Amino acid sequence: MANEIKFILNGQEQVYDGNLAARLLDVLREKFNLTGTKSGCKEGECGACSVIIDGKLMNSCLIAMGRVDGSTILTIEGYSETERFLALSDAYESVSAVQCGFCTPGMILASESILSSNPHPSEEEVRIGISGNLCRCTGYNSIVKAIGIAAEKGSGLW
Amino acid sequence: MKPISKSIPKRDHLTKANGSAMYVCDYPTEDVLFGKLLRSGVPKANILNVKLPGLPEGYHYIDKNDVPGTNQVAIVLKDTPVFAESTVEHIGDPIGMIVGPNEHEVNRLLNETKIEYKELEPVFDVKKSDVVFFDYNYEKGDIEKAFIEADKIFEEEFETGLQEHMYLETNGLIADYSNGKIHIHGSIQCPYFVHDAVVHAMGIKHEDVSVAQDTMGGGFGGKEDHPSVMACQAAVAAYKLKKSVRIIYDRKEDVEATSKRHPSFCHYKVAVKDNHITGMQINVLYDAGAYTTLSPVVLQRGIIGACGIYNVPNLKVHGQARKTNTVPSGAFRGFGAPQTFFAVEMMMTHIAKDLGIDPVEFKLKHVSKQGELTSTSGKFHEPVPIPSMIDRVIKASDYYKKKEKYEKSTRLKSTHTKRYRRGIGLSAVYHGGGFTGNGERDLIKAVVKLKKDPIGNVEILTAITDMGQGINTVFAKIVSQELNLPIDRIIINYPDTSKVPNSGPTVASRSVMIVGELLRKAAAKLKEDWIDGREQIIEEHYKHPEFLIPFDLSTFYGDAYPSYSWAVNAVEVEIDTYTGCIDVIGAWGSFDVGTPIDENIVIGQMEGGFLQSIGYGMMEKMTAVNGRIRNNTFSDYIIPTAVDVPNMHVMLHVEDYSHGPYGAKGAGELPHVGGAPAVIDAIQNALGVTLNKTPFLAEDVMDVLRRQKSNG
Ligand code: FES
Ligand code: FES
Repeated sequence: MANEIKFILNGQEQVYDGNLAARLLDVLREKFNLTGTKSGCKEGECGACSVIIDGKLMNSCLIAMGRVDGSTILTIEGYSETERFLALSDAYESVSAVQCGFCTPGMILASESILSSNPHPSEEEVRIGISGNLCRCTGYNSIVKAIGIAAEKGSGLW
Repeated sequence: MKPISKSIPKRDHLTKANGSAMYVCDYPTEDVLFGKLLRSGVPKANILNVKLPGLPEGYHYIDKNDVPGTNQVAIVLKDTPVFAESTVEHIGDPIGMIVGPNEHEVNRLLNETKIEYKELEPVFDVKKSDVVFFDYNYEKGDIEKAFIEADKIFEEEFETGLQEHMYLETNGLIADYSNGKIHIHGSIQCPYFVHDAVVHAMGIKHEDVSVAQDTMGGGFGGKEDHPSVMACQAAVAAYKLKKSVRIIYDRKEDVEATSKRHPSFCHYKVAVKDNHITGMQINVLYDAGAYTTLSPVVLQRGIIGACGIYNVPNLKVHGQARKTNTVPSGAFRGFGAPQTFFAVEMMMTHIAKDLGIDPVEFKLKHVSKQGELTSTSGKFHEPVPIPSMIDRVIKASDYYKKKEKYEKSTRLKSTHTKRYRRGIGLSAVYHGGGFTGNGERDLIKAVVKLKKDPIGNVEILTAITDMGQGINTVFAKIVSQELNLPIDRIIINYPDTSKVPNSGPTVASRSVMIVGELLRKAAAKLKEDWIDGREQIIEEHYKHPEFLIPFDLSTFYGDAYPSYSWAVNAVEVEIDTYTGCIDVIGAWGSFDVGTPIDENIVIGQMEGGFLQSIGYGMMEKMTAVNGRIRNNTFSDYIIPTAVDVPNMHVMLHVEDYSHGPYGAKGAGELPHVGGAPAVIDAIQNALGVTLNKTPFLAEDVMDVLRRQKSNG
């Protein structure tokens, strides 16, 4: 098929022959049933739809399927199988940084993105790193704290 | 701190963290029809005709003619229609709904539908509205005498704006039909409100309806009344088509069509004698929007708090909620209190300034004490810890040193040429826990159940919803502690009205204080009656505490609340005089919610609410132009990000409530009451002016600076 694209999703190669203008967010949720990626605005403003594409944090609502040809995509479902996830999840849990949870998958992937490029970030770097992810519940303090704890306890993982 | 305060992992942690938790939008969509509402595009009109495009097979139009029971959504009153009768009252008012299997096709059909209107004259200015939905008055002492005897009388008006909840998950629910029964599930703050509304609109039996909560992405009051409207609409369609129907809003629709915080005008006239406040005459006006929804109760709480935490011997309060042709206002964390507390806190600072008294000292001189009368001639039965909380916040923030320094610098000419100016402000507030007045006794009559299975696991059955605030973890802790049973033997699920008793709605900071205490009592009974190997069910009913002075709603006399939670907030700002931008460089809050049942959870509630409240003060501006909401996305309605308030410090003060579980009081709403007045006070301090509105944004700063310049 002419408009067939291939990409790696959570470690598995996938072939997609649907509409190339469709949003990655919708395709992840509807076709692949990966509903951990959330939709908060579909405008690139809230970060609830964050995924990691080729190592970079992206808003999947702003990515057309045509753009992911040849890419490697990691969603929360894939990431939650990693040791790094466990370190972050434990840290979030220890300070109760998950309230409604709607921002959480995106927030955890944003945390991963911070720590993978900077394993020992300052508080300010953490705040800037998650500033594209809105959370209406927590006031952010606990999330910032959690990322610091993960960096410390999970030392060596990143 | 008591042992119970020690935090444990939240019950919903892992499923939310790994993305497996099922929110309503995550349910499979096969065999489910999409419903999308046809909404009014004009603020007030008679509907002459709805011209539908040709509907393909499998697509349907649903409107008022399909409502089998009564075309009313029962909220407090019943003036909100399920679908418009013959008129529309605001932009976004639902007229009908197109339902079908493919979302894109439903959207296309909706776009091609034409509505013919005869437009009528709308009212947008609440002051010009002559439709008064609610009108309340109360008095204490002799206000006329206070004015006659006063040395000085102060008068001022305060204004507060719309505020949008912006929970990350929009409103959504699904109605399932089977054999004449309707089951609703979704993002629902108050399942029994929805249940009762569906029964009324559908005209079917109570037992033929069930309503369940799914994992929820936040509520903050924004999913208190609106789900009732959506549920009736979805139920009507599901019933007619005998299929499941789902309605899930996109962000724009959610912002445009659902409730917000009431905009307000509060007028204060204050008598002062010998540097002491002797009386206040207060007029409160709330913009209710097009329908009454929750306005009576919001207004009641607003006017009861109108004199703040202060002992005002002569008081006369008048409150109205009037209609305008805008989206209905409703519940939002704080529920009417943030508006009047903002006004009274600003009023206090302005009077102090005029009298040449330090505002914190002036406030302290007037703070109510234990045993003194409340605004409604009830009593502050328990200690009022405000003085020591103020002390703590002052120390933590270095308030006096900064205040003096910033104040001085505003008086120096040289400051006016400097780019950055700083200021610090402070507020002190309360929040009454539970329903206003006798609501808990006469309206809610909460019931809870504990069910022990033969193995000895205990299931908690209440109607309270965990929207992220952590109540399921907190309830499990209370029951486990009382039964002395390991926490993993306690079962708690999201409520379904076919399984749980009606313990009332998840509102009014009542969940821990009222329902948590019922659970504690039930657990104590179960412990006493415990029989190994048997199933046992314990039911507990609400009893009104006997120490309360009965509240009379017609005169607003008596104890409006059984207990009060207290907060003191300080905020420090830096203002860029080139751009007008306001930076919050520090925020400190001391909060007394009694014994925290879980320290992390309470701190998380305080931090989250405090940040929303700071947003209400200096960021979150929503305007409606000719009845149309202009800021309907995250890019034009700005909520705080992680970099906006980097230095927030929350401290807990513990003053136990005798009738709360382990001393716990109301918590959820308290942090949203005092943030805005502290921010605005800080901006006043930085600019050397008096301010009377919230929110206050960069453009407002520039206005002040321009005026300062032209006055030399
Ligand atoms: S849904 Fe993608 S940024 Fe909000
Ligand atoms: S936890 Fe609710 S939005 Fe972050």
